Amino acid sequence: MAVEGTWEIITGNQAAAIAAKLARVKVVPAYPITPQTTIVEYIASFIESGHMDAEYIRVESEHSAMAAAIGASAAGVRAFTATASQGLLLMSEVLHWAAGSRLPIGMAVVNRAVGPPWNIHVDHQDAMSQRDTGWLQVYISSNQEVLDTILMMYKVAEHPDVLLPFMVCLDGFVLSHTYMPVNIPRQEDVDEFLPEYSPPHWKLDPENPITFGNLALPEEYQEMRWSMDLSMRRALDLIEDVAEEFFQKFGRYHGGVTWKYKVEDADYVVVTAGTMASEAEVAVDELREEGMRVGLLKVRAFRPFPHRDVAEVLQDRKGVIIIDRSIAFSSGGPIGIEVRSSLYNISGSPPVVNYVTGLGGRDVTYEDIVEMTKDGIGRITSDRLRRPYYWYKLKPEYEKIELSEEVRL
Amino acid sequence: MTLTIHDLRKESGSYLPGSAACPGCGATLAFRIASRVLGPNTVYVVPASCFSVIQSPFPKSAISAPLYNIAFPAAAATASGVYRAYKMLGRDVNVVVWAGDGGTVDIGIQALSGAAERGEDIIYVCYDNEAYMNTGIQRSGATPFRAWTKTTPTGKREMPKDMPMIVAAHRVPYVATASVGYPFDLANKFEKAKKIKGFRYIHIFSTCPPGWNSPVSKTAEVAKLAVDTYFWPLYEIENGKLRITVKPRKRPLKEFLELQDRFRGLSDEEIEELEKIVMEKWNFLLHLEKSERVF
Repeated sequence: MAVEGTWEIITGNQAAAIAAKLARVKVVPAYPITPQTTIVEYIASFIESGHMDAEYIRVESEHSAMAAAIGASAAGVRAFTATASQGLLLMSEVLHWAAGSRLPIGMAVVNRAVGPPWNIHVDHQDAMSQRDTGWLQVYISSNQEVLDTILMMYKVAEHPDVLLPFMVCLDGFVLSHTYMPVNIPRQEDVDEFLPEYSPPHWKLDPENPITFGNLALPEEYQEMRWSMDLSMRRALDLIEDVAEEFFQKFGRYHGGVTWKYKVEDADYVVVTAGTMASEAEVAVDELREEGMRVGLLKVRAFRPFPHRDVAEVLQDRKGVIIIDRSIAFSSGGPIGIEVRSSLYNISGSPPVVNYVTGLGGRDVTYEDIVEMTKDGIGRITSDRLRRPYYWYKLKPEYEKIELSEEVRL
Repeated sequence: MTLTIHDLRKESGSYLPGSAACPGCGATLAFRIASRVLGPNTVYVVPASCFSVIQSPFPKSAISAPLYNIAFPAAAATASGVYRAYKMLGRDVNVVVWAGDGGTVDIGIQALSGAAERGEDIIYVCYDNEAYMNTGIQRSGATPFRAWTKTTPTGKREMPKDMPMIVAAHRVPYVATASVGYPFDLANKFEKAKKIKGFRYIHIFSTCPPGWNSPVSKTAEVAKLAVDTYFWPLYEIENGKLRITVKPRKRPLKEFLELQDRFRGLSDEEIEELEKIVMEKWNFLLHLEKSERVF
């Protein structure tokens, strides 16, 4: 389990591009959008300098980028692209099409706020709003995790029990443009871990002609959707297995569908995703120094959602503090909604406080997480849980409106 | 290959009997001829269109070729991906988009223009029934001036987009118009397109009996009259050089208009106005044919 490969100090976007190269993807359709752009720039330079053997398609929109990835995957090769924000939203129609066709396309989504107003900074609204497209979604906390997870997710997505596309979601600028030391595995080790893609179901092949995607009547359609849902649920265990296999081979483990930090004896557990989870580890240490028994449950897989693991970790705690970086208007944070759904029908379901914060790149530091956790514990212990969710770090004049009785929920 | 009418009669290409097409469908006639010429080493990409229904419902298919259905605006991009994947795999396959006029001149034009600009090695076919027939006869960017549709109940007030010329402006190696009323001309154009590398575009005039309320038995006749009245000129632009491939003796436009209900109620002045538009286009094509190059 010795860590082989080379160490480099690179950005999250470089890590994503290198992962695509190591995965030996064969077709990369690309359209630039901040803060994703450098991923497809790096890939273009890998290909043009002869370091990567792939076709690069300079398409005219994100809709076409995903459509071309669909065509390539349907023809039987591994495809990759990257996007963010409006680009992901423009793809939305074809995201459904990719998943419904059961094509294991890989995509890096560099999370960014959606407009209006224009804002290029981190926010999970873009990917969270594509939650029901049938794509696997994993949220990332470090540049190393970006690289490793793309390799792992191809293995999960291409498994005959899954056959769904995946998004590896990394926080805009916080990871995409931030340099960190990253171990780059050797190509031969990656090749052993991730063999060449060979579609087990169907592909576009004149030797064996089939038509795909024509009309399906009500007698047929529902079971097709059920099979997608089943595959999504099957991916839960597979993500764990592949993470374990990756650990055995490369010596690195970032968690499976979740990542747990000091939860064993915790009275209160913080639940969050992405880089806020890295900050939350520091916050947990701080709070523990102050004598509070707090742990962290990082949600890595948002789709499939790890309901069973979440329930197992959270039941019988004194309380749960969930921090979301996107808003489901009038309902709270998407993770908050899911976690509640995990807990509702189990005995020992704890009280939940959900915070929505960090939108449009507003900074969320470990100190903020300490403050939210303390505020949450205070609400739980003093029975001041009036609302399903709370906004955090609003400017004071807005905070006043938020807390006034005139804002109903 | 020299085709005879017997060849076209006895072989249906990749089109099997028992499809869900309407009686007298021009698109299926076009597909029969085109797929026969293209042969079995061909993959089709079909955006939302009549053709997604014509194939018949799952698990059946009336198409004996590999075919992938894709969302409305995405066909040319999807075909680009298919072609690039085959390129990586070292396979030489005809990659063909089979799209309707809405999926081509309206919602699909961005992806089409992108693929043409990049010079993707695909054949893009627009079978043009001059409206959104799959959704029940609404006007498209290809609907003719003055034509009735359900969203232009008193006749369309705008000229259609000249799609073949728009594609030609991308300087692609081959652009052609065709009509199901001239099957050999159509077959020859596919024969030619098949041999050329790069982005190729064929725009087929395709009769729609339910949409135009034309007689089911007169699909070929209506499509032939479109050419013979100069309403739908047949030409090709090969590497920038335009050639009119069929030069019939002009027949009165009225003969074409009368065979369908969508131009019903046009006054003599309006028909005259249409006739004038048609002749202007024809004379312009003659002029282009004489000039050294279109681009």
